[in-house]
Amino acid sequence: MSVLVYTENWDGKFKKLSYELMSYANEIAKMKNTNLVTVSIGNVNDDELKTLGKYGAEKIYSINNDKFNTLSSQAYAKAIAEIAQKENADVIVFANTYTGRAVAPRVTVKLDAALAAGCVSLPKSVEPFVVVKKAYSGKAFAETELKAGTKILTFNQNSFKLVEDNKEVSIENYEPATEEKDFRAKSVEIQKASDKLDVTDAEILVSGGRGLKSAEKIKIIDEMAAVIGNNCTTACTKPVADLEWRPHYEHVGQTGKVVAPNLYFAIGISGAIQHLAGINASKYIVAINTDKDAPIFEAADYGIVGDAFEVVPQLIEAIKELKS
Amino acid sequence: MKILVCISHVPDTTAKISFTDGGKTYDKNNIQFIISPYEELALTRALELKEKNGGSLTVINVGLQETEPTLRKALAMGADDAIRVNADPKDSLFVAKQIAEIAKQENYDIILTGKESIDYNGGQVGEMIAELLDLPSITSVSNLEIDGNKAILQREMDGGYEKIECEMPFVASGQKGIAPEPRIPAMRGIMMARKKPLKVVEPVDVANATEVIVHTLPEPKGACKMIAPENAKELIKLLHEEAKAL
Repeated sequence: MSVLVYTENWDGKFKKLSYELMSYANEIAKMKNTNLVTVSIGNVNDDELKTLGKYGAEKIYSINNDKFNTLSSQAYAKAIAEIAQKENADVIVFANTYTGRAVAPRVTVKLDAALAAGCVSLPKSVEPFVVVKKAYSGKAFAETELKAGTKILTFNQNSFKLVEDNKEVSIENYEPATEEKDFRAKSVEIQKASDKLDVTDAEILVSGGRGLKSAEKIKIIDEMAAVIGNNCTTACTKPVADLEWRPHYEHVGQTGKVVAPNLYFAIGISGAIQHLAGINASKYIVAINTDKDAPIFEAADYGIVGDAFEVVPQLIEAIKELKS
Repeated sequence: MKILVCISHVPDTTAKISFTDGGKTYDKNNIQFIISPYEELALTRALELKEKNGGSLTVINVGLQETEPTLRKALAMGADDAIRVNADPKDSLFVAKQIAEIAKQENYDIILTGKESIDYNGGQVGEMIAELLDLPSITSVSNLEIDGNKAILQREMDGGYEKIECEMPFVASGQKGIAPEPRIPAMRGIMMARKKPLKVVEPVDVANATEVIVHTLPEPKGACKMIAPENAKELIKLLHEEAKAL
């Protein structure tokens, strides 16, 4: 019985999430005293594949077939289930990304497995197999036993550290069986929303709420994010996205994106429960708000009661001094 | 055109979450339940498509009798009829198998779900139904147009959007953008909803693949360290030296 991990790529490259995911799956393999098998789908070169070896990858199945360049959840699921059966995998791990969320449920049906979406830590035990996953949009956790023979997990970004475990990588190019009907949903065009770092990938987020007054004035968060550096980007609340002060892809919260950065600056954000649900996995939260009774201060680690337009320029100044 | 929209019955987004029965069961006391927000948007788009292209729109929920007001609300928004599978929705595979069982007999052209329900956030049911019915599927759809027998969809992906063409039948999960705002039922719709058919169906047997042992709440944060606004620079020092986050 092995552990199988599907590691997706972005334009042929892996990112921090990929290595976190490998570390996570490798730790589960160790808990089960078994080997780790990796699947990569898409055009990824061998040098890039070998970088996974640092985090425990040994055998990698690489599906490098043009048909698989865009996502067909049906075809992806079929290929992954096929390899899982070939490798006798009883645990399959995905990242909780658009692709992972689309493919994992189909593999679950194919293998009559048990699926836990949004795991935030290692299984509590592997016999019985018990995981902790997010529930109620991050407002609670559910300790869940997976009872079927095959267990499938999707893993939340930024919820596991990188663990090095250098291994010699062997790559097998794999041609899965496909049928025409697996590609009925046809990709006709891909549009990049922006080249900006995605809110879910950033280690530091500078986020603005309605307290920042206007589309023009809220740009102060861009200025602060730029000073912090390239591991940082901007985010916003739902009202701000609805008012079109900021683009929708920056919306963080229960009905937007759920984030787990190392540091979250909540500026002019009162802390509605729906917003807190999207940010409460952040390691540190800093709140800057004029209202000392705003609920954001209950969720925050550091707080300043004051006018953001007076406070933020001082912070920018201090960050510049720190960087120099 | 026959459309099926899968509805989940979830606590209002402002609801405080607590548990009873030693953490096993969600405490429903004094909680307002709603149609899960993404499904409400998917339903709104389905209504628009039906009004433009004709056909029928059915809503379905797997739940006990307590979920009927939620289905009635969907009927008040404009769905033609409703189906309730009379079972406690144990997990996503259980729910998907119940819905697939019904869809098998009905041959819907479009089956819509929300991108995820806001209680378990699995986002799994749509893909599972598609797999059970051997249909193509598109997740996180922010735009859905129908042109003859074909749909043109836009799905959100990491770092952008993908435009997809797919012939009916298919399964799709809706998210923000699929409709601008959820439709608000008019008084006439609310009156008519009472008379619309709501069929109760008994579940098929499905083995339990998962079981929640206990729910826990996030640990309360320690006290927030307050810094005076005139000493704002001190905050950066603390984040650098104490939290080591900058």
